[in-house]
Amino acid sequence: MRAFAALYDALDTTTSTSAKVAALAAHLRDAPAADAAWAVHLLAGGRLSRVAAPSELRDWLYRHAPWPEWLVEETAAAVGDTAETIALLMSAQPSAPDGGDDEDAADASLGLAAWIEQRLLPLRDCTRETREATVTHWWRSLDAERCFLVNKLMTGGLRVGVSRALVARAVAEVSGLDRAVVQHRMMGRWTPGAAAWHALVAPGDADADRSRPYPFFLASPLAAEESPADRLGDRRDWLAEWKWDGIRAQLVRRDGRTWLWTRGEELVTDRYPEVADAAATLPDGTVLDGELLAWDADGVMAFASLQRRIGRRRVSARLLAEVPVRLLAYDLLERHGTDLRNEPLAVRRRALETLLDAAPDALGVSPLLAAPDWPALAVARDDARARRVEGLMLKRVGSPYRVGRVRGDWWKWKLAPLTLDVVMLYAQPGRGRRANLYTDYTFGVRDGTALVPIAKAYSGLSNDEITRLDRWIRAHTTERFGPVRAVDAVQVFELAFEGIARSSRHKSGLALRFPRVVRRREDLGPDDADTLADARALLAGADEG
Amino acid sequence: MDARAALVRPTEHGLWCEAGGFHIDPCRPVDRALITHAHADHARPGSRHYLGAADGRALLRRRLGGDARVEGIGWGEHRRIGDVSVSFHPAGHVLGSAQVRIEHRGEVWVVSGDYKRDPDPTCRAFEPVRCDTFVTEATFALPAYVWPPARDVAADILGWWRANRDAGRPSVLFCYALGKAQRVLAELARLTDDAVYAHGAIVPLARLYRQAGVAMLPIESVDLRRRRAWDGELVIAPPGAAGTPWMRRFRGALTGFCSGWMRVRGNRRRRGYDRGFVLSDHADWPGLLATVRDTGAPRVLAMHGRDDALVRYLREQGLDAQSLATAFTGERPDATAPPG
Repeated sequence: MRAFAALYDALDTTTSTSAKVAALAAHLRDAPAADAAWAVHLLAGGRLSRVAAPSELRDWLYRHAPWPEWLVEETAAAVGDTAETIALLMSAQPSAPDGGDDEDAADASLGLAAWIEQRLLPLRDCTRETREATVTHWWRSLDAERCFLVNKLMTGGLRVGVSRALVARAVAEVSGLDRAVVQHRMMGRWTPGAAAWHALVAPGDADADRSRPYPFFLASPLAAEESPADRLGDRRDWLAEWKWDGIRAQLVRRDGRTWLWTRGEELVTDRYPEVADAAATLPDGTVLDGELLAWDADGVMAFASLQRRIGRRRVSARLLAEVPVRLLAYDLLERHGTDLRNEPLAVRRRALETLLDAAPDALGVSPLLAAPDWPALAVARDDARARRVEGLMLKRVGSPYRVGRVRGDWWKWKLAPLTLDVVMLYAQPGRGRRANLYTDYTFGVRDGTALVPIAKAYSGLSNDEITRLDRWIRAHTTERFGPVRAVDAVQVFELAFEGIARSSRHKSGLALRFPRVVRRREDLGPDDADTLADARALLAGADEG
Repeated sequence: MDARAALVRPTEHGLWCEAGGFHIDPCRPVDRALITHAHADHARPGSRHYLGAADGRALLRRRLGGDARVEGIGWGEHRRIGDVSVSFHPAGHVLGSAQVRIEHRGEVWVVSGDYKRDPDPTCRAFEPVRCDTFVTEATFALPAYVWPPARDVAADILGWWRANRDAGRPSVLFCYALGKAQRVLAELARLTDDAVYAHGAIVPLARLYRQAGVAMLPIESVDLRRRRAWDGELVIAPPGAAGTPWMRRFRGALTGFCSGWMRVRGNRRRRGYDRGFVLSDHADWPGLLATVRDTGAPRVLAMHGRDDALVRYLREQGLDAQSLATAFTGERPDATAPPG
């Protein structure tokens, strides 16, 4: 654990990528195999399934901290991270480098894997009282660094500025394997332990996990107002498809079995039984890349419909009938067990069309747009919202299927977002690197003489603007509700969003999709802001169309 | 609070003592200004007459310009101004930083200015002064803000510099030019004799500290250096230099920042420094509470930063505490974070 804490500290105290890779590689080289496997798992974004919920940690903190609850809450808002707040308020003062009692010494020698497997994971089966007693004892006996880390492990998410790709780089360096091979091996199921580490760094490609998907190739954005003609050249070098608004997924069919993976590498085969059933008709050694979409007799349904299916592990027959889901494939990564990723897109695409020619409805091929030139494509794109798609995808005909976000071959050319001019009503401090800064805003639209909250939005402003606004918010607070401040309702902002839908959960009766602040409209006063009626009018053009 | 009974109250020109006819740390030009210390948000030019602690007079003159009328007064020396008796007492914030004690018809107020309780080799230690009303700063008034010993932080800075030197890279440490930079140089002087390079804004201030008898590491001005390689060197610079063209010469540099704000990880990550060193010239939470106790004041007025949290906490402890701004106007001050 101490070695991992030192690694965490090394990663946390540099902004240099090469220094991070070097620190990671050095750690992985020295660590016992099981510790190395856990380190890779956690740093690549893996989590321990909840040992304690963040809300439990907060409750325990309120109960055990030597300060009144409101003060702990104010502190948590200023710190912006529960695990860190606990470390700052509860742990033994800044780490005594040596010493500590015997138990502390035992803790120090306990490796990461042992800490997790012998201490944290068994806690899941204990009563709440036992968990509270054990965890709060750790808080008091661990130094601040390890207290912080243990809290982070319990609630998941280390967030130390290390991406999966960066971890893969370090593993590649340690193992001498190609980076793409490592990234592929890191996909899919992963049970951390010594065996997993040895399999990850083993030479050759023996014993590959049959369920394993390929690393996803990600498109880069083309600005909404940008003309692809200047950037991409000849239209004939490009395939154009709709940019579907669903869940990116890979369907793996091997050894008579089916695995459906989302881009977040969640295995969701059981959640979409209609897709899994259809996949049974595919030959072994097939991997499709595509989009999961809610799709009824009239075609693609609004994303809000798909959302009804996303969280459900067990799907009722009624929901299956109301919101049928299909996979619309746009790429074929493996055929007859052969990796096709280095074939040109045109070849993969033809093979995909042939393969799915007679497939059941739940498996389809994302159609190509025929528009012969860029201006015609631009016209087609204008139709996107009415078709419930986000815009267009442009893919180079001769391109391989690459790993990760590599610019140049795949572009997403989205429709310009919808916008509203809204008034700032409330602000609260952000978390993480935005702790202590008022960066989370609630905005409203006019409704008669009143202002109705319509959306919460975070980013979109430059750091300078955020700092200036933070100052303004502190000086123009009218009321405080814990960490939330109500402010003078005078500042108008332009808010952009991808869609709008009716919602019974919001006061305004409307829910915006991906709202973000575009800019501050210093030229507008609150009386110039848009109204609830203006917002409702956007419904017509969007999902109710 | 009855405003007429208040010995000191906030006005648009800053803290005003009517019985004495002077302002403390005025934010606009006034006739007579009492200055707690030479930081720019406390010592502003343009007033007719300034009075500050003698230890800080040279710094004040530098800050206010050569023709400003700046008078120094010894520690604890009583001075009759208008209807009140005034004396200055060490605040332990930076060289010459003072609390102002005001006595009027047997009632005593103390305005703390900025202060800290931790030992600092560059200035006189904070001296608790018994009073009826204590006007305190509250920059870091949350229990998360607890400072590690400055000596340990200095050892961390040295370790960081050494590690960067071994890696053949420059280290650029950002510190406020007045106070923090000199404190770091003085703390480091206990651990090493190696020379350090300093930004042009720090050099003349360090010279004034040296003239006041403060022992620090030798420094050289970055701008006067001919050589082009900075590998392995430690450079001290004000935070304002971060991200400017001036920084370009330090190729491959690792950056650190010394501030109380660095106690919170998010603050450091937001500012993009490689390392944060928790070193503050303000009182931490235990320091604030201890100081309120030490003054014995039954009434506390808080200003700056988290005055809201300090006031509420002290009230729950049974003290008569108020936020300085709301005590008089019913409004909140602009709580912009001051330099930490």
